[in-house]
Amino acid sequence: MTDTLTPVLTANWADDRSWTLPSYAARGGYAALDKALGMAPDEVITAVKDAGLRGRGGAGFPTGMKWSFIPQDNPNPKYLVVNADESEPGTCKDIPLMMASPHTLVEGVIISSYAIRAKVAFIYVRGEVLHVIRRLQAAVAEAYAAGHLGQNIHGSGYDLDLVVHAGAGAYICGEETALLDSLEGRRGQPRLRPPFPAVEGLYASPTVINNAESIASVPSIIANGPGWFAGMGTEKSNGFGIFSLSGHVTRPGQYEAPLGITLRQLLDLAGGVREAPNGQARELKFWTPGGSSTPLFTAEHLDVPLDFESVGAAGSMLGTRALQIFDETVCVVRAVLRWTEFYKHESCGKCTPCREGTWWLVQVLARLEAGQGSAEDLDLLLDQCDNILGRSFCALGDGATSPITSSIKYFRDEYLAHLEQGGCPFDPAKSTLFEEVPA
Amino acid sequence: MTAEMEKSDLVSLTIDGVEVSVPAGTLVIRAAEQAGIQIPRFCDHPLLAPVGACRQCLVDVPDAGNGRGFPKPQASCTIPVAEGMVVSTVNETAAKAQTGIMEFLLINHPLDCPVCDKGGECPLQNQAMSNGRGESRFAATGGVKRTFPKPIHLSPNVLLDRERCIVCQRCTRFSDEIAGDPFIALVERGAQQQIGIAENAPFLSYFSGNTIQICPVGALTSEEYRFRARPFDLVSTPGVTEHDASGAAIRVDHRRGKVVRRLAGDDPEVNEEWITDKDRFGFAYLYADDRITYPRIREDGELRPASWLEAFEVAARGLARCSGGAGGVGVLPGGRLTLEDARAYAAFARESLGTEDVDFRSRPLSAEEAAFLERHVKGTGPGDQGAVTYADLETAPVVVLAGLEPEDEAGTVFLRLRKSVRAGGTRVIALSPFTTRGLAKLSATVVPTAPGDEADALSSLLGHADHGIDHRAVILVGERLATAPGAYAAAADLAAKSGARLAWVPRRAGDRGAVEAGLLPAAGGRDADAIVGAVLSGELAGLVVGGVDPDDTSDPAAFHAALEAAEFVVSLELRETDVTRVADVVLPVAPITDRAGTFVNWEGRERPFPQTFRNPASFTDARILAGIGEELERIVAEPASAAHEEDVAAARLRRMVLAAQRHGTAAGFVTGAGAPSSTSEGAHVAGGVHAATTDTDSDGRGASTSERIETTATFKLATWKLLLDNGVMQQGDKALAATARPPVAILSPASFARLGAMVTVTGDRGSVTVPAGSAVDLPDDVVWLPANSTGRGLLADVASPGSRVEVTNA
Repeated sequence: MTDTLTPVLTANWADDRSWTLPSYAARGGYAALDKALGMAPDEVITAVKDAGLRGRGGAGFPTGMKWSFIPQDNPNPKYLVVNADESEPGTCKDIPLMMASPHTLVEGVIISSYAIRAKVAFIYVRGEVLHVIRRLQAAVAEAYAAGHLGQNIHGSGYDLDLVVHAGAGAYICGEETALLDSLEGRRGQPRLRPPFPAVEGLYASPTVINNAESIASVPSIIANGPGWFAGMGTEKSNGFGIFSLSGHVTRPGQYEAPLGITLRQLLDLAGGVREAPNGQARELKFWTPGGSSTPLFTAEHLDVPLDFESVGAAGSMLGTRALQIFDETVCVVRAVLRWTEFYKHESCGKCTPCREGTWWLVQVLARLEAGQGSAEDLDLLLDQCDNILGRSFCALGDGATSPITSSIKYFRDEYLAHLEQGGCPFDPAKSTLFEEVPA
Repeated sequence: MTAEMEKSDLVSLTIDGVEVSVPAGTLVIRAAEQAGIQIPRFCDHPLLAPVGACRQCLVDVPDAGNGRGFPKPQASCTIPVAEGMVVSTVNETAAKAQTGIMEFLLINHPLDCPVCDKGGECPLQNQAMSNGRGESRFAATGGVKRTFPKPIHLSPNVLLDRERCIVCQRCTRFSDEIAGDPFIALVERGAQQQIGIAENAPFLSYFSGNTIQICPVGALTSEEYRFRARPFDLVSTPGVTEHDASGAAIRVDHRRGKVVRRLAGDDPEVNEEWITDKDRFGFAYLYADDRITYPRIREDGELRPASWLEAFEVAARGLARCSGGAGGVGVLPGGRLTLEDARAYAAFARESLGTEDVDFRSRPLSAEEAAFLERHVKGTGPGDQGAVTYADLETAPVVVLAGLEPEDEAGTVFLRLRKSVRAGGTRVIALSPFTTRGLAKLSATVVPTAPGDEADALSSLLGHADHGIDHRAVILVGERLATAPGAYAAAADLAAKSGARLAWVPRRAGDRGAVEAGLLPAAGGRDADAIVGAVLSGELAGLVVGGVDPDDTSDPAAFHAALEAAEFVVSLELRETDVTRVADVVLPVAPITDRAGTFVNWEGRERPFPQTFRNPASFTDARILAGIGEELERIVAEPASAAHEEDVAAARLRRMVLAAQRHGTAAGFVTGAGAPSSTSEGAHVAGGVHAATTDTDSDGRGASTSERIETTATFKLATWKLLLDNGVMQQGDKALAATARPPVAILSPASFARLGAMVTVTGDRGSVTVPAGSAVDLPDDVVWLPANSTGRGLLADVASPGSRVEVTNA
């Protein structure tokens, strides 16, 4: 178990004009592609399997196994779709990655497409991040010009076209089947499974959908070997990942480390929880291990190893390693209400529990925040969450319940304090990052 | 052995302790139905693809068949059965899940059941009672419902109340999957998600009413039924549509002796659960102001009320006069009769009047058609008679359409064809002048066929191996083939050579029953056109006319003239028409609601229906004909008066001269140079499509007219009636009429470019000016117009189908 940072994906971020092809090539970029093209596609899949790479989009499904599900005897074209629709509150790893080093992703796309024998690949990028879309488009153009994309790549006889597609501003399109519908030009709503995308995905053809960070990790696995990758991380959560620290932390940012690192270690690297304007230390109050859809943790979880199994065992999910740090100035009811408003706004409307449930949750939480209602409302909230969790069509509804149930679990008294005081006991200005500015 | 094989295909599972065996792939919700277990549901519909959106049908699956259960409740409408599966629809987990979803569904649903049309027959209301909470926790915690302005029109006759909508997507899925008219779609998201239409794109579909019926809440209502009645005040009677030959089952809902709405009946073998908007909304004609409710006789030139007995006697005496030595009586019963009435007409014509001059066809017809019907249609039916059925349309790999535009002329057939095409089972080959919207929705292979060329086109099909017409194929021919010489024979020939099965799909509900009842002229008899000609030439003196609109016939002018020329006309009608206005005796027939009867649909399937209203004053055609028949028997027994017969002959001669004069001047022929100089010749020219049974078909096609026009006219007229048009039985419902497709003349792109957006089509009977459109595969020398969407219809106003017309820029 290592406790140092392992910059791989982030290694070149500080380079001069790191997003350009010359800069990327200067560090040996696209060498892994040559190596991969010298292997049989199935060998590439085996390498990724052996490396133990698990999906970096949150669910942690083994990437190589997903690739091997593609029925190669299916006469339809195969597609690789990269999910770069990063929209989860707190999650900010793919967008900085594509901003700083889009070629890492592009090279990963080419190797991965080669492995699954796709002739066309798509990167579905969140539409709001225009600057990132431009960088990606420029990188794809550079790659075409350099012969990394297009016909007969590196003289191997392998052809690949890569399309950068901008989303239209819906969180639900990060759900892989909704993403496919959106990519096909339809209304983005989750599809019924089965059929699974591996069999009938984009345009009813076999499709692999992977998170951007997963695909970006592939070139390093090919370049350095599966053993190198598997040597990092924990027993079942191999390799490294980008940990995004945000919120009340002294030096927020991306910290690339092996899976299994703890928040305590990361906080040390990031300078700890932010201080008050008067220099007084502040305490960690709660945090999310993987974005707002993962149940909250508190200071008691500082030493939970941040890998899939340990975080799961501690009652949450590793998710996207979006570590949002909230200190003692934050009202948990307020924070949870804001998240819930997000889910209400982003619920696609397809299924009843998510569509109607989030609408109602917001109303109950808003009343609680205003100090109205009663203690029974907490049981009502929990019952509503119970009626949503596992009943909704996709995971969006499940995610909406996580902050509520976990916050009531750890901070029931704080909810009750709102009722006792007839309002929020916190000064919302203090929780802001501009708290010293007079009102 | 068969039983064993079947058994191996079955999957056994346990639902609420009941063991069920169902075919593999069956959804749990369907399997539960077979065990008599009702799982609450909204989005689920057996005829629509599963979507799993409403989540109301959640059940607990403690064992998925592999010894392990699902940790969370599962939507039974999307999960297939598995061997050994254990399902509970009522245990604590399932009940809590169902109650929880119901609570969510209700939070934004208005509590307006007391004023909602659906209240009383509402799945949401019912299931809220069975699976909901007694008290609203949402209201108790001060919840604020989402509101919308309401209602909005999705189309002229479908309205949407977005507050009531639970976005189960049944309506959008029906429109997309079944009808192929995806004009409504989900818009917005979250709780604001709603059914919407594109800007300036109303929900125009011939099948839109089905969405109202399958809406599980009161979100969709019809303009016609909104706020008219409460479901629990309605009495429902099953019925069969009187609008087309589909035999579609309907349900007639009525209150205080008045029909307030009609719904699709559930008949899996015929219409499944769908009907056309015409079947659903087209009943306002029953209550038209011009409904005839008592017998009338003509006295001193004016119609006056009469008793039934008096009317029977006057009718009988008039017909007896005409059928004596002074001529004869022609019988034109029309195509809207029940089988029982058709038989009564046949008996009346042959036995009471002793004539073979009887023909139900009130449209362009041919002798060839009569022969075809006798030989290939009459006496066939489903089952051991081996006729083509709806189910056969689903299993046939190829269906050939000739002279038939299913979406317009047989909507239920269209839906079944589309179902099969979508399932990948059937390829449709259509002989049509162009790829219509309906044919496009069937992904049909269109063989562009100019009117009149159908015979050649049918004959050429076998030469194309790629069409794959063999013994499994089905050929559907429409009544319009009567205007294409040789086409019926070519269809029969194609069937004989390929082994394909053949079916005739007429337009009217009574057409097929009339064939079965023998309402076609036997040897020596005249067909409908010849009857008209014979009246004009003085060979026939009397007419008995059923539900015939003169403007539907081969030659409306000639028909009108014949009505004038006839010495004595008996009209059996529902409403005032051009026939009743000149008839000597007008006898009101019972509307469809006042009688029981049987329609025979295109399959040859008998579709009996019960009486909706018991109305002693309503007489069926059969009852009326029996009344006249009895009087006729009595009169025949009376001693004849020679002096009286002489009077009759003189009067007839006088009327013939008068009629001939009127006919020549007032009938309004465009080709003035060709105005008939004598009545008989005029009848022949105006006969247009077909003149007399003795002529062979190709020779008799109004040759003189065509040749004369050909020098200037360059377009062949293709036409059929749209589903919604100016037909008399669609009158009275403005909202329905507003959903009809506007009349457009379809030209080839080249002609369209040359002639512009507004054209005048001129034939030998007049002209019509309509907007033009184009279709890429329409032959350059063809123009298509809807048959009855302008003025009095093309037959009266423009020309006969298939004849030459001039098209000019308007």
